Amino acid sequence: MPISINPTLMREIIMDHYNSPTNKETPEDSENYFHIRMDSTSCIDDITIYLKLNNNIIEDIKFDGVGCTISTSSTDIMCDLVKGKTKEEAFKIIENYLNMIYEKPYDEEALDEAIVFQNTHKQAARIKCATIGWNGLTKLLNGEKDED
Amino acid sequence: MFDVYKIRKDFPMLNNKTQQGHPLVYLDNAATTFKPYKVIEACNNYYLNENANAHRGDYDLAYKVDFNIDKVRQTVANFINAKKEEIVFTSGTSMSINLIAFGYGMKYLTKDDEILLTEAEHASNVLPWFKVKEHTGCKINYIPLDKDGRLSIDGLKKVINEHTKIVAIAQISNVLAYLVDIKEISKICHEHGALLMVDGAQSVPHIKIDVKDLDCDFLSFSGHKLCGPTGIGVLYGKYNLLKLTDPFMTGGGNNARFDMCGNVAFLQPPEKFEAGTLNIEGIYGLGAAIEYLENIGMENIEKYEKELRNYAISKLKTLQNLIIYNEFAEGSIITINVKDVFAQDEASYLNSKGICVRSGEHCAKILHDFLKTVATVRISFSFYNTKEEIDILYEALKNGGDFLDAYFN
Ligand SMILES: Cc1ncc(COP(=O)(O)O)c(C=O)c1O
Repeated sequence: MPISINPTLMREIIMDHYNSPTNKETPEDSENYFHIRMDSTSCIDDITIYLKLNNNIIEDIKFDGVGCTISTSSTDIMCDLVKGKTKEEAFKIIENYLNMIYEKPYDEEALDEAIVFQNTHKQAARIKCATIGWNGLTKLLNGEKDED
Repeated sequence: MFDVYKIRKDFPMLNNKTQQGHPLVYLDNAATTFKPYKVIEACNNYYLNENANAHRGDYDLAYKVDFNIDKVRQTVANFINAKKEEIVFTSGTSMSINLIAFGYGMKYLTKDDEILLTEAEHASNVLPWFKVKEHTGCKINYIPLDKDGRLSIDGLKKVINEHTKIVAIAQISNVLAYLVDIKEISKICHEHGALLMVDGAQSVPHIKIDVKDLDCDFLSFSGHKLCGPTGIGVLYGKYNLLKLTDPFMTGGGNNARFDMCGNVAFLQPPEKFEAGTLNIEGIYGLGAAIEYLENIGMENIEKYEKELRNYAISKLKTLQNLIIYNEFAEGSIITINVKDVFAQDEASYLNSKGICVRSGEHCAKILHDFLKTVATVRISFSFYNTKEEIDILYEALKNGGDFLDAYFN
């Protein structure tokens, strides 16, 4: 995705992933997934991430809960990006994404649609929304999970 | 004469502050308020000129601190028409309510007793009572609200009974801001042998309070919501009830004498509840804040805020894209949503226009049941807000559907 992607298109991508997210559902066979609830203390976002691993491969990833436009769309895009990837590849994508959010050098190529969140630093209060799903996935990949 | 432009000069936060390149418009006063120079100076005065500990007065400086704390206690007492001995310094509303829950509720309630709340209460007036239930086995019941979410006297009469020991409610709730008729409610509570604990966090900063007239048993409020510092608040209690209440914390400053065999004689209220070194700077600031409000006059504040709210309602009502949840509330809060925009996104958009409002569930469960939404945007005024600021809000909300602007400009 080129850097010249315009704001109108970015908006559309965000709104599309908010209004019709493809990964937002609780899996029917949720017992085959690890999950973690990311309940923001400072805002309304309350999202649970479901991760299904096949050895080292992310076989499936979903999320469900209540979230604003930014948290919902950023998590949905994240799911698209890491599905089918190895854990190491996923970590690399996450690292790039967080670098972008925190205004450090990052590899645009690796982020695809997720670059629509490159302006998040201008609305600092929304950084938590743009990272809630990503932080949840990091925890799951590191073996942290809810037991219930 | 109430002159809002003159008043604004008293507040450093109201002079030439910007946010996202726009003049700062602060409409989150229900969360906390700005402080006038007088309050900041009073806090500073403690550190600059009088920095000694309280209750340790062997020298002039310490005597001065004791004297000033006592003076502020009297100022607070006069402010709500209580006696000085009935004013306990706490860290804020949450601590005041916890003090009553742990010090009174835990001590006296049994499994046959009942506590009455409403579903519109702030978490700070719900969770402490859950703790009391957990420890004593007592029941918690809710006073039904009417279709608008208002606490009604009829609702109370329906559920109060001889097992009800404590009724804990906000005088003005923090989401819908309806004013509750505390005087009538305390009468009904007392007829049934129950005590009434009033959460005054959202009412004391906005209307004249007379605890004698209201006849409530306890009243809790926070300094930071009435132009005072953070970390200081008040618990008022009728003196005989404070005597019956256990201290929530023990330690230095609340014991008269004790020996190592475990014999302790506690001080009398209010000192009995004030173990440990107090937030002395906060007390100085609280005193200055109350003097500041009284100088303007609570009646003037109430009248002006009402005018401001009416003005805001009349303007916001013309916007077709807006849902207003509490048009007829008495408090200085307007709770809204922009149609089809998630509350947090709307608040972000307003931020990009320099406007501070709060989105959220506001710690109150009522939203789900009465408002049929998971979140709202809360606009809350103080007496230092202006009609011009409401015009700025109105203009922003007019285009409020375009909330991703905040992201791309
Ligand atoms: C109605 C109500 N009760 C209690 C509180 C808690 O106040 P504090 O955080 O100062 O303890 C608040 C503050 O938001 C409130 O609005």
